[in-house]
Amino acid sequence: MNYSLEPLGDQAILIEFSQEVNEWIHEQVQGVKGRIEEMGYDWAIEVVPAFASIAVHYDIRKLLTCQSPYDLVAKELSLLLDSKKTFTKKASREINIPVFYGGKAGPDLDEVAAHNGISAEEVVELHTKAEYTVYMLGFAPGFPYVGGLNEKLATPRKSKPRLQIPPGSVGIAGQQTGVYPIETPGGWQLIGQTPEALFRPMNEEEPTLLQAGDKIRFYAISEEEFYERQERNK
Amino acid sequence: MIRIIEPGLLSTVQDEGRHGFQQYGIITNGVMDPFALRIANYLVGNEEKEAGIEVTLTGPTLQFEEQMLIAVCGADFSALLDDEPMPLWRPVLVQKGSILHMKFSKKGCRAVIAVGGGLEIPAVMNSQSTYVRAGIGGFKGRALEKEDVLNVRTPSIQTQQTIKSLTKKGKTYWTSAWSISALYLNNLYERETVRVMEGRQYDEFSEDSLKEFWEESFKLSPQSDRMGYRLTGPVLERTVSEEMLSEAVSFGTIQVPSDGEPIILLADRQTIGGYPKIGQAASVDFPALAQKKPGEPLRFTKISHSEAQKFLIERERDIRELKWGIEFKVRLGQNGPA
Repeated sequence: MNYSLEPLGDQAILIEFSQEVNEWIHEQVQGVKGRIEEMGYDWAIEVVPAFASIAVHYDIRKLLTCQSPYDLVAKELSLLLDSKKTFTKKASREINIPVFYGGKAGPDLDEVAAHNGISAEEVVELHTKAEYTVYMLGFAPGFPYVGGLNEKLATPRKSKPRLQIPPGSVGIAGQQTGVYPIETPGGWQLIGQTPEALFRPMNEEEPTLLQAGDKIRFYAISEEEFYERQERNK
Repeated sequence: MIRIIEPGLLSTVQDEGRHGFQQYGIITNGVMDPFALRIANYLVGNEEKEAGIEVTLTGPTLQFEEQMLIAVCGADFSALLDDEPMPLWRPVLVQKGSILHMKFSKKGCRAVIAVGGGLEIPAVMNSQSTYVRAGIGGFKGRALEKEDVLNVRTPSIQTQQTIKSLTKKGKTYWTSAWSISALYLNNLYERETVRVMEGRQYDEFSEDSLKEFWEESFKLSPQSDRMGYRLTGPVLERTVSEEMLSEAVSFGTIQVPSDGEPIILLADRQTIGGYPKIGQAASVDFPALAQKKPGEPLRFTKISHSEAQKFLIERERDIRELKWGIEFKVRLGQNGPA
């Protein structure tokens, strides 16, 4: 398989597969990431996958006796990467996310509709119809970067970012859609809100609802149901 | 127990960081000056992974509700222990009721206070570090505030042995006759330039910009914080117009957003970044970098990746020797003051 290795500072290495985002590259990234974790290299601190690359942070304290820690890490990773033509990722989990669209929860729903020349109902229909792939998590704990947004929903970010966006807010920015796990400032167009907790730090096995590689779908719930579920999830 | 009388500008509980969760978008946090924390922990007989209190620019005022062994390493805050100057880079036995008053950092930006036995702070996702934005880790997921009370764990045997080895000095505290070599600390912290490796997108910057990057002086803007130092100075120009695909970043990554003003990513950085990386600060200079204050100048010198790793290995060996040295002094002094 095609890849290149390069240092990321003096305590990490970056494996780059491509400069493109697509499903095949994503599967390779997830497959390789899983294999690296299975290998249990004692120098590996953690593996950070992105759209088309993986960073492996390593512990220099475990590599003090080698001439070049980077060379050793690069050699071991090459051996692994060259051992197969393609890497299979483990089966995707399917996650359904309830969303209360519009109203106070989605103050920009009408703006997204107007920008695309469709009705608010059509925005909800298109947003719930698609299946999305979580390519990676970043920006905030459990924040998914997903692919699969219908082009008819693409809307530029707000010219002035909001200072506070409530957790669970579902937004659109350009060709992307996503959910804010914690209260942060942000410039996304907010179309709704989920009562589900995307970040749950007390669950150390799965601290985030979503993981890279997941397939997700959104489904609409009523305002009443939103508050009921939000109460239950507290 | 340690009672916070005044919290100072930004005092947070930090250890070496929350590692293993960046793939979930969970940032590492952790101490800004990892050298200072490790040495402070060794001085009080702790493991290096133990958390300490990181203080910033204006230090806190603390009261110790029982006798305990502490060490303050990093910047000089003209700290007073019951009105007597408190020595840095040494183990200090403070008495019940003693008050540590840290003022403004004369030189440097941050110091770490370690306590023998360690702070009784539950680990969240394997770390005691404070993640302020997510409200987790550290003390109640936030910076320390007035009247907070931190519990301290039972001292280890190593801590008790260190206490035995101390010389009684003055009325208010006991300390060691030795400290970490000032010469060594000077070489480590008093650097005119920070050593930097070429970043992954180094070649995408214009020749003029690269020249300015190495030759001109930058300044830390007032918006610099634990997340990153925003630098003002020459505006750096990229010759490539395509946006790059977001990828992982690390402590010390120097990225350049479209406004051309570089940012050095630090302890509270995000896990992934989409801006081109012009450079990567060498790990051996993280302590010096952590001590830069907003408004101060900063210059870079080039270092190759292999040199950076060579120096890092040397640093790790130095730290190991410092640890042995401390243990040796403690053993020597155990049967009475050395």
